[in-house]
Amino acid sequence: MAEPGLAPALRFEAVSKSFGAFRRRVAALRDLTLTVPAARITGLLGPDAAGKTTLLRLAAGLLRPDAGRVEVLGLDSAREAARIQRRIGYMPQRFGLYEDLTVQQNLDLYARLQGLPPAQRLARYAELLRLTALGPFGDRRAGKLSGGMKQKLGLACALLRIPDLLLLDEPTVGVDPISRRELWAIIAGLRDRGVTVLVSTAYLDETEHCDAVVLLDAGGLLAHGAPAAMAAELGGRCFAVRHPSLDRRALQQRLLMLPGVVDARLEGTGVRALLAAGAAPPTAEGMDWRPAAPKFADVFVDRLHARRPRRAPQAIGPAAAGDDGPVLHVAGLNRFFGAFQAVRDVSFDVLRGEVFGLLGANGAGKTTTFRMLCGLLPASSGELRVAGQDLRTAPAEARARIGYVAQRFALYGNLSVAQNLAFFAAAYGLRGARLRARLDWAEAEFELGPFLAMNAADIPLGFKQRLALACALLHAPPILFLDEPTSGVDPLARSEFWQRINQYAAAGTTVLVTTHFMDEAEYCDRLVLMSQGSVLAAGTPAAVRARAARPELPDPTMEEAFIGLIGAHEASLRRAA
Amino acid sequence: MNTRRLGGLILKESMQILRDPSALGIAFVLPLFLLLLFGYGVSLNAEHVPVGVVVEHPNPQTEPFVATLRRSRYFDVRPLRSLGEARTAMARREIGSFVWLRGDFARQTLGDGPASIGVVVNGVDANTARLVQGYLTQSWQIWLAQLQQQQQAGTAAFPVAMQPRIWFNPALRSRDYLVPGLIAVIMTLIGALLTALVVAREWERGTMEALMASPVTMAEILVGKLLPYFVLGMGGMALSVVLAQTVFAVPLRGSLLVLIGVSALYLLVALGMGLLISSVARNQFVAGQIAVVVTFLPAFILSGFIFDLRSMPLVIQIITHILPARYFVSSLQTVFLAGNVWPVILPDAAVLAAMAAFFFGVTLWRSHKRLD
Amino acid sequence: MARLLALIRKEFLALLRDKASRMVLVGPPLIQLLVFSYAATFDLNNIPFVVINEDPGAAGREMVARFAGSPSFRQVATLPSTEGVAALIDRRAALLAVHVDRDFSRNLARGRPASLQIVIDGRNSNTAAIALSYVSDIVLRFNAEWAAGHGGASAPAVLDVRAWYNPNLLSRWFVVPGIVGLLTFVVTILVSGLSVVRERESGTFDQLLVTPYRPWEILLGKAAPGFLIGAVEAAVIAAVAVFWFGVPMVGSLVALAIGLALFLVSAIGIGLMISAIAATQQQGLLGAFLFLVPAIILSGFATPIANMPRAVQYVTYANPMRYFMVILRGTFLEGDGVGDLLGQYWPLALLGVASMTAATLLVRRRMV
Repeated sequence: MAEPGLAPALRFEAVSKSFGAFRRRVAALRDLTLTVPAARITGLLGPDAAGKTTLLRLAAGLLRPDAGRVEVLGLDSAREAARIQRRIGYMPQRFGLYEDLTVQQNLDLYARLQGLPPAQRLARYAELLRLTALGPFGDRRAGKLSGGMKQKLGLACALLRIPDLLLLDEPTVGVDPISRRELWAIIAGLRDRGVTVLVSTAYLDETEHCDAVVLLDAGGLLAHGAPAAMAAELGGRCFAVRHPSLDRRALQQRLLMLPGVVDARLEGTGVRALLAAGAAPPTAEGMDWRPAAPKFADVFVDRLHARRPRRAPQAIGPAAAGDDGPVLHVAGLNRFFGAFQAVRDVSFDVLRGEVFGLLGANGAGKTTTFRMLCGLLPASSGELRVAGQDLRTAPAEARARIGYVAQRFALYGNLSVAQNLAFFAAAYGLRGARLRARLDWAEAEFELGPFLAMNAADIPLGFKQRLALACALLHAPPILFLDEPTSGVDPLARSEFWQRINQYAAAGTTVLVTTHFMDEAEYCDRLVLMSQGSVLAAGTPAAVRARAARPELPDPTMEEAFIGLIGAHEASLRRAA
Repeated sequence: MNTRRLGGLILKESMQILRDPSALGIAFVLPLFLLLLFGYGVSLNAEHVPVGVVVEHPNPQTEPFVATLRRSRYFDVRPLRSLGEARTAMARREIGSFVWLRGDFARQTLGDGPASIGVVVNGVDANTARLVQGYLTQSWQIWLAQLQQQQQAGTAAFPVAMQPRIWFNPALRSRDYLVPGLIAVIMTLIGALLTALVVAREWERGTMEALMASPVTMAEILVGKLLPYFVLGMGGMALSVVLAQTVFAVPLRGSLLVLIGVSALYLLVALGMGLLISSVARNQFVAGQIAVVVTFLPAFILSGFIFDLRSMPLVIQIITHILPARYFVSSLQTVFLAGNVWPVILPDAAVLAAMAAFFFGVTLWRSHKRLD
Repeated sequence: MARLLALIRKEFLALLRDKASRMVLVGPPLIQLLVFSYAATFDLNNIPFVVINEDPGAAGREMVARFAGSPSFRQVATLPSTEGVAALIDRRAALLAVHVDRDFSRNLARGRPASLQIVIDGRNSNTAAIALSYVSDIVLRFNAEWAAGHGGASAPAVLDVRAWYNPNLLSRWFVVPGIVGLLTFVVTILVSGLSVVRERESGTFDQLLVTPYRPWEILLGKAAPGFLIGAVEAAVIAAVAVFWFGVPMVGSLVALAIGLALFLVSAIGIGLMISAIAATQQQGLLGAFLFLVPAIILSGFATPIANMPRAVQYVTYANPMRYFMVILRGTFLEGDGVGDLLGQYWPLALLGVASMTAATLLVRRRMV
């Protein structure tokens, strides 16, 4: 076991690594030099294609550097991969669980592979099952676990023999806040036992669990240091801005148009603004500027901002009035799968021009509800109206009134970007001049021009998301359904995505969205929080947060509210049972 | 090689086989289905072939000839009144052939000599047509021999009598060579197709990456794959042999030990090909395609299992020599029907051993515990 | 209409721009066409045989010469005695041995039956049966000519054999039209068998369902590539059969086209059923494989359905390929027109309706 404070656990010296052949060769890492201290948690962050996975695979001895040297636990990764692999734990992005095998059988397999002596196994299983709360599911097949449980089982499999170095590749992607919190608790426990952890993540707020953060971009090192210290450098540049009359979205756009404002994000009841170094808060327009404590998210935007052109902000007028009755109406909705009730007695209304969020843990029933609304799944009972009709029984024309972005951006991967656009345009009956106009609009609005001839599968993830949104919006639907539209997308692309959504909502489009990212809940006008099939809380983000306020936590973040409310609900269910 | 790690891998693989419907389909359902089909269903032996008989003037001379046909187990005689009726029946595919005894049959046979017996076969299925023609010739010869006996004529109508002795399969039952050959097909299914699919699946699902980052060595991963499918493949062979012996009454004239030895060698080749295919195509879909085209189809068509290799064009014959299935099928048919004929079995076994060594060598050379 | 065309165009693009699918459509059919056409033959043209001629007379030499002169036989050895025959046959150096015994010429001259012993390797019983029929042809001809030349009593009646539709009994004429059906079947089942499941796997099926397309339009879009590609592939292979392999095409092309259309519909129905049941493309591929292998064996493609046990024959009535095989061989070789094939059309049509209905129900169930 490595002793804290001694030799670094991981050392990259001028490492380069490329993939592909000849002209299509793409550099994943360029001349990277990096030292990861022992017995610390180091977070690995960066936008898509920054080289995070390549770095982790190099550290695991699964790749050989093209140039430079990778030293893991004092061993050379090119020559001594076998010895390294005896001392590390590695959890790839899609962890190698055998889905046909049960939880216990997966543990047994990896225990044998890692050479854990049989005598120690039972105690280790018991500890890991307790930590991961997977105890009751020992006989369940891994394929039947929820996303969060799979990640926890994957982590448990990587931890059977406590490694000296643990490499985790986005272990919390697609995992709800409660499971994420549990995963981080396990990781923190390991550090206390002297394990070095290198973990990549797409959640900026998770840096609060890290001792140090490595920020990568385009295969190079952008920043490396303690997250708090990096945030502190932004002292005096972060503000919470409010405005007496403008709504948050309009205010955000207004701010983005001001000189010296690097970033503006919705947060709480106001807008969080980041100023350029040396810029003073503009005093104009009756805005109320209050200094705010910098966070790592600000660091991320600040460092990357210089390297990315930002989307031009669009002026937003006053919010369209939502007085013409609910666009979406749900009352007493139930759905059974056999004996299992996935959705119980869910009711809510969505008004025109609202951004409405469906939030919940994995398996809370939000996707089932969502699919029923889109007409993809029949309701067992209850009332369901989208623009006055039940999409399941409505004539096909009624479906022309909605736009839909599926999870993982379901696009035709082997069709080119242009062909995808052309197909969806035709599917919605666009033709002639209008067809031309909408295609031109999509191309310009989403900056898809350079990718038109490429296969949709080959474009960067952020652009896949844009293309999916473009396809859903070609026919200018009054209602937009978004199912986890930001999953796996990097923070910059997410923030840009929400700017667009705000803009469409402001123009009168009704948006229904599901998400795992609690900070995104702030972008919703109203939301429902679901747990185990029922609605737990409903209302504006502020109202939901207020419901979770307790004396010891007077102003909870959305994530804290989420965890608090669900925890209380589950406890009450347990008491009732 | 660490036995504990290896044991874990083998255990995992075995459990996966039992839980994966597609593995069950390829390893158990399809082999059983093929065995039953080839044992009971498919046959190249035509029996009770419907044959039309047109007798223009039935009389004591025509009757014995028709009776000979009736007595033959190969024919199912359908009396027809006229040539026109025969044509119609042929067109409707009610009969595949007909015999036509003309009006002057009696007069010709009794003196004016030789009467012509019209035989028309539907030649579309050339193989069946040829068999039917042979059966008809047989009946004709029987009829002539009887005629001769009755007339006690001095000179033989057949100056030369053919005395065929058919070795190994005197009754010429097609089942006796189809069922042994099927072992090659079944082992190819399990050894090459299934193995290629399951290894490709590990790549596809990301489990290979997790395995590689663990202390397992590449040799352990390979052996952990090979052993379970080797056992499964040998199980397929055992099932085939048991069914062949008990249900289908196919003789096994050579020794069981030789059969097991040659089968084990072929299975190693098949496994080697399966591993190589999956290391080239790390995608189940593509791996499955390649395995079907380069292993399964050749085992069916280019192995001598159904079609005789000697009659194929030279180019195809050359191709069959680089395919392992032909060596195995040749040994299979020999061990089952002829016995331990070492001049056949030893060269076949030598080639199979060389091929196994080649495929494993290439696989080992290509596999390293790295993703790039 | 424009919407429907866009859907069909999308289905084609999705299929043809995918490397794996293109491979399914072009590579295997091409390899199979060549290999099957050349390799799948029951004709023998190179039968290795050994001669043991113990007869000092001319008749024995004459007999042996007839074998050696036949294009179907190839003499590999001459042995002084039957000793050694077993070794040659055992190791497959020779398929058969022709043994002319010491008294062959003498018996013939005295009008006594002379016997010609044939020893043949029966390991492949079909090869043995065919080789024996060749031998029998040679012996019969020898007999007839001997009788004519030596004033012996000729047989009171002789067989006058004619083979309709395929006078020279060429296996290839039988096999190649069958391949048209075989490959069309495989390609159509694969294309339609992977169509729905491919979209479901990539998540685009939901995306398609929320568009204004009606369920029947979506199904039609899924069926179109299978139909067109199946038809084109059938036409190309049929052309290769006629122009490259020289198989005659004496029947009505219209009758063939009608049969092809009906056949494709029932094959697509089956493919879509597989696709609706499968959860992943890999399952779809295996499902197609598990269906195709028995379906091809039970189609009459290589072995006659008439030789199968009664119960198995009943099973084949549910196999669309069975009817299409008859249609193909009927139109290629037997000169069939539409009227002759009605008996094949209606079961195919029935199967088509049944399989398409089942597919629609299954896909619809998948839509919920």
